[in-house]
Amino acid sequence: MKIVVCLKQVPDTKGGVQFNPDGTLNRAAMLAIMNPDDKAGLEAALRIKDECGAEVTVITMGLPKATDVLMEALAMGADKAILITDRVLGGADTWATSSTVAAGIKKLDYDLIITGRQAIDGDTAQVGPQISEHLDIPVISYAQDIKIDGDYVIVQRQFDDRYHVLKAKMPCLVTALGELAQPRYMTPGGIFDAVNADITVWSRADLTDLDDANIGLAGSPTKIAKASDKVRKGAGEKVTLDPKESVDYIMGKLNEKHII
Amino acid sequence: MNIQDYKGVYIFAEQVDGKLSGIAFELLGKANELAKDLDTDVTAVVIGSGIKDLADQLAEYGADKVIVIDDPECKEYRTEPYAHALASAINEFKPEIMLVGATPIGRDLGPRVSARVATGLTADCTSLDIGDFPLQPIPGKEDEQLHKQLLMTRPAFGGNTIATIACPYNRPQMATVRPGVMQRQERKEGAKAEVIEFNPGFVPNNKYVEILDIVKSVSETVDIMDAKILVSGGRGMGGPENFKILRDLADALGGEVSCSRAVVDSGWMPKDMQVGQTGKTVRPQLYIACGISGAIQHLAGMEESDLIIAINKDETAPIFDVADYGIVGDLFKIVPELTEQIKAAKAAKK
Repeated sequence: MKIVVCLKQVPDTKGGVQFNPDGTLNRAAMLAIMNPDDKAGLEAALRIKDECGAEVTVITMGLPKATDVLMEALAMGADKAILITDRVLGGADTWATSSTVAAGIKKLDYDLIITGRQAIDGDTAQVGPQISEHLDIPVISYAQDIKIDGDYVIVQRQFDDRYHVLKAKMPCLVTALGELAQPRYMTPGGIFDAVNADITVWSRADLTDLDDANIGLAGSPTKIAKASDKVRKGAGEKVTLDPKESVDYIMGKLNEKHII
Repeated sequence: MNIQDYKGVYIFAEQVDGKLSGIAFELLGKANELAKDLDTDVTAVVIGSGIKDLADQLAEYGADKVIVIDDPECKEYRTEPYAHALASAINEFKPEIMLVGATPIGRDLGPRVSARVATGLTADCTSLDIGDFPLQPIPGKEDEQLHKQLLMTRPAFGGNTIATIACPYNRPQMATVRPGVMQRQERKEGAKAEVIEFNPGFVPNNKYVEILDIVKSVSETVDIMDAKILVSGGRGMGGPENFKILRDLADALGGEVSCSRAVVDSGWMPKDMQVGQTGKTVRPQLYIACGISGAIQHLAGMEESDLIIAINKDETAPIFDVADYGIVGDLFKIVPELTEQIKAAKAAKK
């Protein structure tokens, strides 16, 4: 079987966040990692490969430096890697991103597509379900377990107070929770192979099944009106007291605020 | 797409097991404010099986119209029949604004529907307003500024930044809205809505998945989003056995226990007790953070609480940056004694 895993290179939110003058992210200026939910999805794909044999292709859209996450994926055990990169694709919202990635996936054979549930930069959880809509295949979000059963995939989909066990005929798209699978480390042999592997690079011109109206900043229905650092309300009082004084202090505040 | 054809503020009224979710009422509250600014009305779309009687409840909380899509295929939530139902309703009735809860259901349904009707979707909004886009007119292009647009504000980067987003050239303007942020309006007993029964027809295709099993978690916990007082524990609690002292404190105060992501990841507490970016947004009257360092993702879920008290031994913990009152100290010595004093104070008042 053939599995496609969608990856995103994301800024590590522990570092700072920087913007371009037009309000879009200045990705070039930030530290970059493989998005954690995507990495869990990649691990799930590699486990399916280990158990029942599969070809795992990773695909990403981003700046040329996004090859870093593709190399990492290859070193973990992915078989093929594709980078979609082109200046005209920049500034894309989730609609334009999903349209573009779906156009890339249309060039491939696939039974199962795995994306992370959401990326730690945008936190939208939209691109996976939107790709499935563009490809007209079923989507199962929030996977906490994935099993293959012949032509079918059986997924545990997590919700607040319950989980569903769902069965879908492949091709199907599944979005992975971060806790789906603990990612493996790269192996020295894997790193060696990755360095020697070819990464396929596609530009806008390679994506034939894609309308210009649906790409990049101009093809994004949502527009950023304003972006700014969050203003926090600021710290109040901070005291260092022994335990008894601490209790008296809290009791005083609770009384003052009429909580007790 | 002729934008002028799209009118009215619509909400997706989420229901589970025939019971409306809290977010449905919150969305109605916000939708009424937006509708006032736009001089239009509010429509709720409710999808399910055997759910016609929910229309009255939606009317009492502010729906002028209720579109009921009632079909056995929609009994339990599945992406496909629901996406077909909501997308069909949008195509038929042409809303100007379509609001969906940023719940697990809404965050799955929203993107699928927005892609099908080819419009934008802004995720996890914490504020919605009607205003101009661009916010300031561009000199020389004043007449290109659009008015009465939906301005959707949301945190990104785990709460590090705030972005305001518009969807000026596509309709409907769609947003998912974080639960626990918008205020519901007072119930108007006996209020009635115009009820429209709509069935777009459901023909199973490749996108319909089969539900093999539904496993409900057995925990009897109360929804932490409804709690007025939360006593919340983090990694500093050391282990699940130590949460008893938080439970005792919560009981003494008449509150509930919640926790940080680290606690859930360690398997100490169930996911539905998690506060934060990937958990729940809470705004209780009192939030007591015990042994929580205060990762930015956690702060994003609780910093709107009315009063925040933090107890942590690390005086550099970021939780102190949002706490009204921060105590640098050993929670294991402070919390049990605090519980006793609160019990004593309450007993003395009786």
